[in-house]
Amino acid sequence: MSIADWTEADLGVAGRVLPVVRAPAPVLSAPSPPVDPADPAVVQLAADLVETMRVSPGCVGLAAVQVGVAANIFCVDVSTHPKTRTSHGTFALCNAEVVDASRKEKGREGCMSVPDLTGDVKRATRLTVRGTVPGSGDEVVIETDAFEARALQHEIDHCAGFLFLDRVAGAHAVYPRQTYL
Amino acid sequence: MSLIAVTVIGHDRPGIIADATAGLAGLGLNLEDSTMTLLRGHFAMMLICRGDSAPAAVEDALAPLAADGRLMVSARAVPDEGDPNGRDSRPYVLTVHGGDRPGIVSAVTRVVAAAGGNITDLTTRLTGDLYVVVAEVDLPAGADESAVAGALRAVGGELGVGVTLRPQETDVL
Repeated sequence: MSIADWTEADLGVAGRVLPVVRAPAPVLSAPSPPVDPADPAVVQLAADLVETMRVSPGCVGLAAVQVGVAANIFCVDVSTHPKTRTSHGTFALCNAEVVDASRKEKGREGCMSVPDLTGDVKRATRLTVRGTVPGSGDEVVIETDAFEARALQHEIDHCAGFLFLDRVAGAHAVYPRQTYL
Repeated sequence: MSLIAVTVIGHDRPGIIADATAGLAGLGLNLEDSTMTLLRGHFAMMLICRGDSAPAAVEDALAPLAADGRLMVSARAVPDEGDPNGRDSRPYVLTVHGGDRPGIVSAVTRVVAAAGGNITDLTTRLTGDLYVVVAEVDLPAGADESAVAGALRAVGGELGVGVTLRPQETDVL
């Protein structure tokens, strides 16, 4: 299947809006265990992540740890962001891993779980990611670039227990956040 | 609990930060914001800490740092300035680079101030003849960005340096 064809309707359950956890909550700093994409709890969690992302202003991705659940799953939707080139629409991915990454560029990132700080982070702008789709359990390989690549790396980092603060470019690369969505 | 601003500047050596912060921790002071770097090889540290100690007690605790006369240490009480994020403004990054000469920073920052802009961070570096300025600038929400950028370029032209102003965009992921 192509992940671009996926919608949360494929999950067959309604998503619920969950509260977003903020650092220094320990769940944000621990690696998430792999999940069974066919597990009904994982399917419900995928729907919840998409729904919570939808209602959060400016949110283009959300990992399970950000709603307090240690599970290797996240969702992404960068389709309306101005820096997006390639977009696969809305999708959720379990147990994702980076297969290939190149052409790093620095960009300033913020995170709903670190609301008062931003930081300069180098990320690959060409990216290949492999993972499984919640519900069907299909394995997919996603090739992308630019902003979707940055979002995927940010969410995969969340699943590994890393915040953007773990990736900043240097000692003077963390800033007070200036604008709130 | 009050805020105390501490500055340490002078001859660099390993262990200054460890020694200074041990002195502060020994007084039960909590180090809130800080910045430290080397300026032309001189160690420079500014920090804001919170606690119940008097500034004189902080200077006493840090006196061993300055005992050889090669580091200066000062501590002053400062007021709590509250939330810095409440202003209605937009963030920009200002960069300047060109041949070194006196007056670059003053001329450029004067343009920013005249536009009602506030500089929240600024670093300069001189290497050989190349002078570099990088500043984080908040412009008022109603400011004419292209007019400010134009005025900066004009001042840069007079100084023989290149000046760029670009929006600082943060992507929330």
